[in-house]
Amino acid sequence: MKFRHSLLLAGVASLLATGAWAQSAPTPLHVRATAAMCANCHGTEGRTVEGSAIPALAGMPKDYMIRQMSAFKDGSRPATVMHQLTKGLTNEQIETIAGYYASVKR
Amino acid sequence: MKRRSFLQSSVAFSALGLAACATTLPAHARVVVVGGGYGGATAAKYVRMLSDYQIDVVLIEPNANFVSCPISNLVIGGSKTMKDITTPYDNLDRRHGVKVVRDYVTGIDAGKKTVTVAGGASIRYDKLILSPGIDLMFDRIEGLKAASASGQILQAWKAGPETAALRKQLEQMPDGGTFAITIPEAPYRCPPGPYERASQAAHYFKQAKPKSKVLIIDANADVTSKGPLFKKFWADNYKGMVEYIPQHKVAAVDARTNTLKFEVQNDIRADVLNVLPDMRAGAIAVQAGLANVNARWCGINYLNFESTQAKDIHVVGDSIMLAPLMPKSGHMANSHGKVAAAAVVAELSGQPINPQPFLSNTCYSFVNDKLVVHVASVHQYDAKDKTYKTVPGSGGVSPAPSELEGVYAWNWAQNIWADTLG
Repeated sequence: MKFRHSLLLAGVASLLATGAWAQSAPTPLHVRATAAMCANCHGTEGRTVEGSAIPALAGMPKDYMIRQMSAFKDGSRPATVMHQLTKGLTNEQIETIAGYYASVKR
Repeated sequence: MKRRSFLQSSVAFSALGLAACATTLPAHARVVVVGGGYGGATAAKYVRMLSDYQIDVVLIEPNANFVSCPISNLVIGGSKTMKDITTPYDNLDRRHGVKVVRDYVTGIDAGKKTVTVAGGASIRYDKLILSPGIDLMFDRIEGLKAASASGQILQAWKAGPETAALRKQLEQMPDGGTFAITIPEAPYRCPPGPYERASQAAHYFKQAKPKSKVLIIDANADVTSKGPLFKKFWADNYKGMVEYIPQHKVAAVDARTNTLKFEVQNDIRADVLNVLPDMRAGAIAVQAGLANVNARWCGINYLNFESTQAKDIHVVGDSIMLAPLMPKSGHMANSHGKVAAAAVVAELSGQPINPQPFLSNTCYSFVNDKLVVHVASVHQYDAKDKTYKTVPGSGGVSPAPSELEGVYAWNWAQNIWADTLG
């Protein structure tokens, strides 16, 4: 049932994407695929293995995550790797990623 | 037995396909993935996930278990075991419904859209994702093929039995002996890997046989990744033990005397030789005519990873012709797998392909059993030039080796194994 619903949404989104919204409104599929780029280190759907020092992202509030990513990006929050990776992302991609993980159940 | 149970499950797949016919997907859409490494296993899992489990996925992989190349150098250094780097394929089936066929592909018919496996069966696909890894070109070094076949000169560049065998050779080497690793010209799989391996051998020798030596014999002009970090660590911690020798291209090996012969310079003898020959795309990609760049690497459309040679065949992982500054790494292959999976799901369900994909890479190297250095990069798709470009100011390396990064490196491994296979 769940998948029919999301495919329907995807269909609507794909209609939108053919028009002027293509750049500003990523489809649900594109959102998930973009967020999946974090999963290499932060776990599938933002769930890490038990005991991981790399934090889980699932259920992290969107505003909090955007603030942290922005702080890595502008150098105000020190990091081992994230300051280097966030500088390669657009603000739109950060917003997409943060929105996705906020929607995932912890 | 295997084939029969696979055929039975494809009947079950068909029933599923009928039940889900309210979608835009063609009935029984099937993606076949060849190769269960970082690229292929990730692609298989993410096609299932991103299609909300509506596209059937068959993964064809000859090995019973996934053995990770990242971390395998720690087995050679003695701080991890083969068990630590081995993960079964079970969860891909149990949790994600990926049908894992333990076999290897002997032929691809791009016209009929089928692959043939050694067991004889022919499997139809709507989309093929090929992740064949690398093929080691033993023929390019005289004498290497026979020395490799006999088990005397190991590569251990495809993690597995040779990883354990190389560790054993180091254990059996007497104190005061010499271990030599040779590195081919870039591009090759895992740019920092040989330097990490040399560091691991030195770490082991320092504890167990301190009179021994490590020779790093490089066909390249300088260390190809994290150079200043590695060189400083060798100078500070393995002084008099590690020797770096650039611009030496191996032409031949003499297995009788354990000697390396070069195009220009004098011969070098060592007690344990680890010779890495030139590499190219995995054999099945070459055989299928997909390695169309210098007859070594597979040209692809970077937006969806589709081969520039054959429609509906997507290639991911170490076998592709890389965009500038992109390394051949497990992390990268996992990222390729996701971009390709999303594109394949989009195409099969009539959705647009993501116009702005990006890839990331984080690659950790252990310089001893605890201290780690990394290199990281982000690669954004550039629609104008149809390639990936690193973002100016992004990416970089560690300031120095640290134990904190050692913790992250091990957690990275655990999380990416779970992301790829879990």
